[in-house]
Amino acid sequence: MRYSIFSLARNALSYHEKWPEAWRSPAPKPAYDVVIVGGGGHGLATAYYLAKEHGITNVAVIEKGWLGGGNTGRNTTIIRSNYLWDESAAIYEKSLKLYEGLSQDLNYNIMLSQRGVLNLAHNEHDLKELSRRVNAIRLNGIDSEILTPTEIKKLVPIINVSPDLRYPILGASLQRRGGVARHDAVAWGYARAADAHGVDIIQNCEVTDFLVEDGQVQGVETTQGAIRAGKVGVVVAGHASVMAAKAGFRMPVESHPLQALVSEPIKPVLDCVVMSNAVHVYVSQSDKGELVIGAGIDAYTSYGQRGSFHTIEGQIGAITELFPIFSRLRQLRQWGGIVDTCPDASPIISKTPVDHLYFNCGWGTGGFKATPGSGWAFAHTIARDEPHPINAPFSLDRFSTGVLIDEHGAAAVAH
Amino acid sequence: MFLIECPWCGPRDETEFSYGGEAHIARPVGGGHDMTNAEWGHYVFHRTNPKGLHRERWVHSHGCRRWFNVVRDTVSHEFLLIYKPGEKPDLPALPKSPEPPDGPGR
Repeated sequence: MRYSIFSLARNALSYHEKWPEAWRSPAPKPAYDVVIVGGGGHGLATAYYLAKEHGITNVAVIEKGWLGGGNTGRNTTIIRSNYLWDESAAIYEKSLKLYEGLSQDLNYNIMLSQRGVLNLAHNEHDLKELSRRVNAIRLNGIDSEILTPTEIKKLVPIINVSPDLRYPILGASLQRRGGVARHDAVAWGYARAADAHGVDIIQNCEVTDFLVEDGQVQGVETTQGAIRAGKVGVVVAGHASVMAAKAGFRMPVESHPLQALVSEPIKPVLDCVVMSNAVHVYVSQSDKGELVIGAGIDAYTSYGQRGSFHTIEGQIGAITELFPIFSRLRQLRQWGGIVDTCPDASPIISKTPVDHLYFNCGWGTGGFKATPGSGWAFAHTIARDEPHPINAPFSLDRFSTGVLIDEHGAAAVAH
Repeated sequence: MFLIECPWCGPRDETEFSYGGEAHIARPVGGGHDMTNAEWGHYVFHRTNPKGLHRERWVHSHGCRRWFNVVRDTVSHEFLLIYKPGEKPDLPALPKSPEPPDGPGR
């Protein structure tokens, strides 16, 4: 069924009790052309673009839990493409462009809100670095501009631009096309659209091993039996190393907890995203009125989906300094996800030492913004057995050639 | 929040320590002049990143400032062994890791 004002009106007459399910829940077939391991946003987007762009519809997405139950449902939903290096700009801008048309493309409202993303500068070096980045971004044809403290105050009246701050706000960059989207809707929209193309979405089914013969992948072993596949794409975020070990190689990633929290809901006070690299916190206000707050990873490796209290304490300290009115708010929820961080803070979308086995991982703390572009490029890599020029620089072999894409510090905030 | 038993100072709060990554990664013998780029890449960038027991280094930055090694479960976060540099006791039996409180997820 196509979602529209008419289908809404029609279903209102039947008290919304007759909406059809958004996607099927089929039993796995014995064999597929392509199996995608991981039913998060990136995996579902990959399946959708395999069907839409490459006509490959005999595809299964295998998810051990529920759709979007991992990092897709745990992130702070920020979307932006203000990256320094050309390679990053290309893939993140591709992603932002896809986001801009995604609700129409999927016939599913992902609630994209291009409310602008502010990145604050707190010292002379920050300001110079920000100017350099804004210039680089504009040379790549992406919108970005510098704001003075007065302009920042006009845009965000509740922010504290007093020069008496421990780390005063001296300026900011603004990407007006940046913003937020509803993270669950991105997963659900891709799932529904992929399902409409014939993709089988199989939840509560864990991939336990790979079937490999003569150096070529033949399928996967799962908790619901073996599934043969011509090609296998693995998009499992924090568990990339675990899956790579099953296939017999290592990934240059380490898994860390990344925590986020929301405040109790309040009336609208903040209509853009504010990020700060130096004091390290980012915040936006959700449609429900909660402040969605995040910062950096916990230092140690973990698969436990939780982190330490002092990490939360640090970001709360930063946010109450920038926004004194937030100091009276109570925290409503706090949670953690497991992010796979690369040494150069850039992702891996690549072929692997095993033929027809592909990995998409290493997105670290910034994967949500890249969901459409990541799926789009990964689908191309799987369909053609070679990377698209957009993701060729993000191959696994950069860790032996040394051609790293060093986005540490180059990104607007540890991403 | 961890309570970490420094081998020299005893149990202290996690905030006094810094994490030092995977332990027992030996520098290439003889400077590694005959190593390939792939071998160098492996040494510099690739880590085991296990789900379960992990040998790793910590340093008591805001205490005695000395390094030590631990075996920690990366799911339960339990510190199972703490030992000084130069030592390498056998791994203990893997305790049963509880699932995270909010369900299996990933």
